[in-house]
Amino acid sequence: MKGVRKNVSESIESLKALARELRKDILKMTTEAGSGHPSSSMSAVEVVTALYFGGFLKFDGKNPKAADRDRFILSKGHAAPVLYAALAHKGVFPHEELMTLRKFGSRLEGHPNMLRLAGIEASTGSLGQGLSVGVGYALAARLAKNGSHTYVMTGDGELGQGQIWEAAASAGKYQLDNLTCIVDRNGYQQTGSALDVLNMDPIDGKFAAFGWATQVINGNDLEEVIDALKRAKATKGRPTCIVSLTKKGFGMLKLLSKLKDENFHGKPMPAKHLEEALAEVEAGLG
Amino acid sequence: MAGASSSVKSSRPLGKATRDAFGRALEALGESYGKLVVVDADVGNSTRTEWFGLKYPDRFFNVGIAESNQVGVAAGLAAAGHTALVSSFAAFIVCNAYDQLRMSVAYPRLNVKVVGSHAGISIGEDGASQMGIEDVSLACSLPGFVVMVPADETSAKAATAAMLAHEGPVYLRVGRPDVPKIYDADAPFTIGKANKLADGKDVTIVANGLMVAPALEAAEALASQGISARVLDMHTVKPIDRDALAAAAKDTGAIVVAEEHLAHGGLGSVVAMNVAEIHPVPIRYVNLHDSFGESGSPEALIEAYGLTAAKVAEAAKAVVAAKKS
Repeated sequence: MKGVRKNVSESIESLKALARELRKDILKMTTEAGSGHPSSSMSAVEVVTALYFGGFLKFDGKNPKAADRDRFILSKGHAAPVLYAALAHKGVFPHEELMTLRKFGSRLEGHPNMLRLAGIEASTGSLGQGLSVGVGYALAARLAKNGSHTYVMTGDGELGQGQIWEAAASAGKYQLDNLTCIVDRNGYQQTGSALDVLNMDPIDGKFAAFGWATQVINGNDLEEVIDALKRAKATKGRPTCIVSLTKKGFGMLKLLSKLKDENFHGKPMPAKHLEEALAEVEAGLG
Repeated sequence: MAGASSSVKSSRPLGKATRDAFGRALEALGESYGKLVVVDADVGNSTRTEWFGLKYPDRFFNVGIAESNQVGVAAGLAAAGHTALVSSFAAFIVCNAYDQLRMSVAYPRLNVKVVGSHAGISIGEDGASQMGIEDVSLACSLPGFVVMVPADETSAKAATAAMLAHEGPVYLRVGRPDVPKIYDADAPFTIGKANKLADGKDVTIVANGLMVAPALEAAEALASQGISARVLDMHTVKPIDRDALAAAAKDTGAIVVAEEHLAHGGLGSVVAMNVAEIHPVPIRYVNLHDSFGESGSPEALIEAYGLTAAKVAEAAKAVVAAKKS
């Protein structure tokens, strides 16, 4: 099967190459689907690549229901393509199935549906709910004493949901050091700049106030992401929030600039621009 | 007033509140259900989950006054293999956390048990903000949910056991005041199967929860006036017992539905939808109309809002007359 990877540390260069593959998958599948959120998916690629292929997530694509596995919850469910691309490369399903995204009968629905596809740890798409589910997983792992770690990725616009802060407070109360929340701070939400729509800064300060360890990193820099995940894993006695500063549509920023659409929210790359987008991703300049 | 108790007036002997029976059953079942966990929103001493919590502190999590997170945390625990129970006032657990019930529980069909206590106007003095009067309608609108409204302590205990034995999401409605005893300890209780408490040929009274006792009283009163009434305890609203409804419609030709819930979307709506399809007959309703409750003693409110045996009997006479006309 094409592209099946072992869950072991690989060299940075091969991880970067894989990140480029995920970006190309995201672009191709959303253009084929004719809808979706490629730019929201592309900002998160380095974090997802590091988690699944950098030796962090204890997750076997051939045994995706193992009881003691680590969990990754994509709370920003509209970025489903990045999750599907990672699961395909983990061998959960055939790579060519990515092209069924959003089609009737496909396991790859517009937003993740855990009933349809193993490897999806929470059905998401109504924003704000994934971190609470992550707290539940982390509590269950503590009861089971199985060492499972749960990673949750939220968006930055998603932080407007009050439930996020209910969950943050409860994770602080239970000192869940087996829980890591990564905020994909790509700076944009549906109608514009996240800071303009509803300013939730300082994000790290808010999580810190609820008893979390916090880090602020360049989330499109794989080395920084890997270092941050190592620190999160080593942190004891409290959960970690990684504020991952990213660019929406990272990998095709030149094209988005040319198209005068830095946000590029909730739409696929038109077929006429796809080759240019893929070439820019392959060049790997950001 | 978490620990305070009140009661509903009836000619029948009083039993415990359904919340109390639920709480004791949960505590007892904690032993055989080793994977049972409870997530509380700081009302465990009102909903009675605290009795489980005191016995199994490592399986009890109080996440504070935050029902949305409460439900989400339970979803995560359930997805990891636990039977996860959440409980708060019906008004709060269903209305506040509705999208979480929809998205994090119903959509992935997780094994989460939702118990709404302090349902209906019979909580009394605390008033409208605390009274869940739309919870059954909302719970029925969650695909895949089982929805139960037990009438007394025996059936609340049995419903709790049935809820835990069922694989999948369940909503169980329980009440605050002590309520009349309906059942002997060994009475049958099966999800989706109505209990026929009295038989009759002129009219069927379909009731649940607090309204089962007045329905039985009404049937006795009607008998003395020459009207023979069947009484069904429809403790499961979803899935509804269509066979019992079909038999009621065909055998008696008239139906009264009695419930402590808004007219819109409750037992009355479900009965009407099914009877209209199976075997249309005249139906009358004893329930709450399009308004909120208010403060007052349970007894005063029950009288003022017409949830009485007299109103059930009146409706029965009206529907029998409609059948003949």
